Amino acid sequence: MTWLVPLPVVMPLLGAALTLMMAGRPRAQRTVSLTALTATLLVSAALLYLTTTEGALVVAVGGWVAPLGIVLVADELAALMLVVSAAVTVCVLVYSIGQGMADGHEETPLSVYHPTYLVLTAGVTNAFLAGDLFNLYVGFEILLVASYVLLTLGGTENRIRAGTTYVVVSLLSSVIFLTAIGLIYAATGTLNMAQLAGRLDALPDGLRLTLQGMLLLAFGIKAAVFPLSSWLPDSYPTAPAPVTAVFAGLLTKVGVYAIIRTETLLFPGGRATTVLLIAALLTMVIGILGAVAQSDIKRLLSFTLVSHIGYLLFGVGLTSELGLSSAIFYVVHHITVQTTLFLAAGLIEKRGGSTALDRLGGLARLNPVLALAFLIPALNLAGIPPFSGFIGKLGLIEAGVADGGYLAWLLVAGSVLTSLLTLYAIARVWNLAFWRSPNPAMPSPDAGRCPPLMVVPTLALVAFGVALSVVAGPLFAIGDQAAGDLLQRGGYAQAVLGGDAP
Amino acid sequence: MTPNLVYIVVIGVLFAAGVSMVLERSLTRVLMGMILLGNGVNLLILLGGKAGAPPIVGGAPENELADPLPQIMILTAIVITLGMTAFLLALAYRSWAMAGHDEVQDDVEDRRIMLLAERDEGSGTEDES
Repeated sequence: MTWLVPLPVVMPLLGAALTLMMAGRPRAQRTVSLTALTATLLVSAALLYLTTTEGALVVAVGGWVAPLGIVLVADELAALMLVVSAAVTVCVLVYSIGQGMADGHEETPLSVYHPTYLVLTAGVTNAFLAGDLFNLYVGFEILLVASYVLLTLGGTENRIRAGTTYVVVSLLSSVIFLTAIGLIYAATGTLNMAQLAGRLDALPDGLRLTLQGMLLLAFGIKAAVFPLSSWLPDSYPTAPAPVTAVFAGLLTKVGVYAIIRTETLLFPGGRATTVLLIAALLTMVIGILGAVAQSDIKRLLSFTLVSHIGYLLFGVGLTSELGLSSAIFYVVHHITVQTTLFLAAGLIEKRGGSTALDRLGGLARLNPVLALAFLIPALNLAGIPPFSGFIGKLGLIEAGVADGGYLAWLLVAGSVLTSLLTLYAIARVWNLAFWRSPNPAMPSPDAGRCPPLMVVPTLALVAFGVALSVVAGPLFAIGDQAAGDLLQRGGYAQAVLGGDAP
Repeated sequence: MTPNLVYIVVIGVLFAAGVSMVLERSLTRVLMGMILLGNGVNLLILLGGKAGAPPIVGGAPENELADPLPQIMILTAIVITLGMTAFLLALAYRSWAMAGHDEVQDDVEDRRIMLLAERDEGSGTEDES
């Protein structure tokens, strides 16, 4: 069944080519992109089933075998990330179609929107499946180029201003990543991750630490780890709601995925874990303090996004199986919840005419469905039981307690504090935007009607987020299995290189 | 490529000049810096491989062939850098057309909140409700 592995990359790319040719026909574009992404979702689900039952699937692209050619590897972690990201992209696509039709003029999802969106998906899936560092770089570049276009969509002054920072910072991180790749190739003579796992161990300590530091720096910028995160809250909120939602859900998580992959496979253990833990603590606390100060819902959500990246790093930095599996569970939870919240923010903007807190009010009475679509994922984000956020945080805290070091205890305290502050931040949004009396400045109910095609995908993602608590057991089992495989390293090398594994 | 001092100095100069250009406010200078940085990285990758005869089987004994992989990687990197340069150029032009300059600007909302904090006020949403 290995022929399934390249499909999540190939299908969106084919879809992008087709939609590009159909530039003038929005209806055909919608059909093609929906078909391509739904098919990607189905293939990803099949891959998840196959990898959990039979182990990792490996494809040598173009028939060039492992150490020389480019390989695509689908293990449990990659397949799990594929399923969640595909589910999120389908929902966001439906939402953006709904938004385009509601606004009344056909250009709103401009004719480049669909091809770019599909290319973005292809870049994300390529990064998840990449089996060598250079392919990972190419995956990153594909998704970044698409994200530049989506972020500056329409080219208004505000978007150009916010987009500039984002583009320059991303380009710098790409240069750092490429430099690291050049140095790693010079030092080891390979870029295949399975082969690197053995060869990097043989390098002198200082060189290893330098290479690890450069990769962490490059991925840290993409994952928005403090202090490399200050570009994010400025650039994300200016984009259209669906674009921000998909960026928030996926782009930073690709960085986190790359950190997990390189930290476990290439550089297990070592001194950098201390740095990771400290960065995790600072990301959490400073991120959420930023959120508390904001007066705009989208910016507030961007800061919570940064803050909760800290939880993921916490799990990775502990390097225990429980920590890693909790981090994997938390990634799945966070992709879903953060995307849902940004989609809900888009609905708030539609209904209330703005996302500035002082211009909103009384939304709970005016639109109870919208209130529910915001409240449930918001509580989920803050980690109220029985939602999946609580389960993920509980796993991380348990792993921290089991670790027992003073840094781990500090992080346990930090994560509880962050959780409470998150609750405070969203309670503030709830009080001001939903609970107090309606603001006279808001548009009349007719003008601010939310179209069903925007509401339904948001509710679907809300339901998906709630369902994560229901299937938390099996999901955690997959996470455990993936974490076990990641920490062992041997299985991955065996799967990619066959008998030649070190 | 056999690492020699000239290449290493050239790479160092390209990186240094590139970084200092990227730190400028004007987007055109940032663009120039990115081009310099991109070329520096490409040279660096080139240094990582073995030098020798053109890597075509049968052209020379196998142990005298050059390592083709860095060259392939550089080709990919050049294409990506070219695309990025074009995009940055478009961005700078658009910024100039819309705002009359091509400077990388500060976050407006961030400034507003900082000013409020200096005056010891909330973000304007706390009192009423």
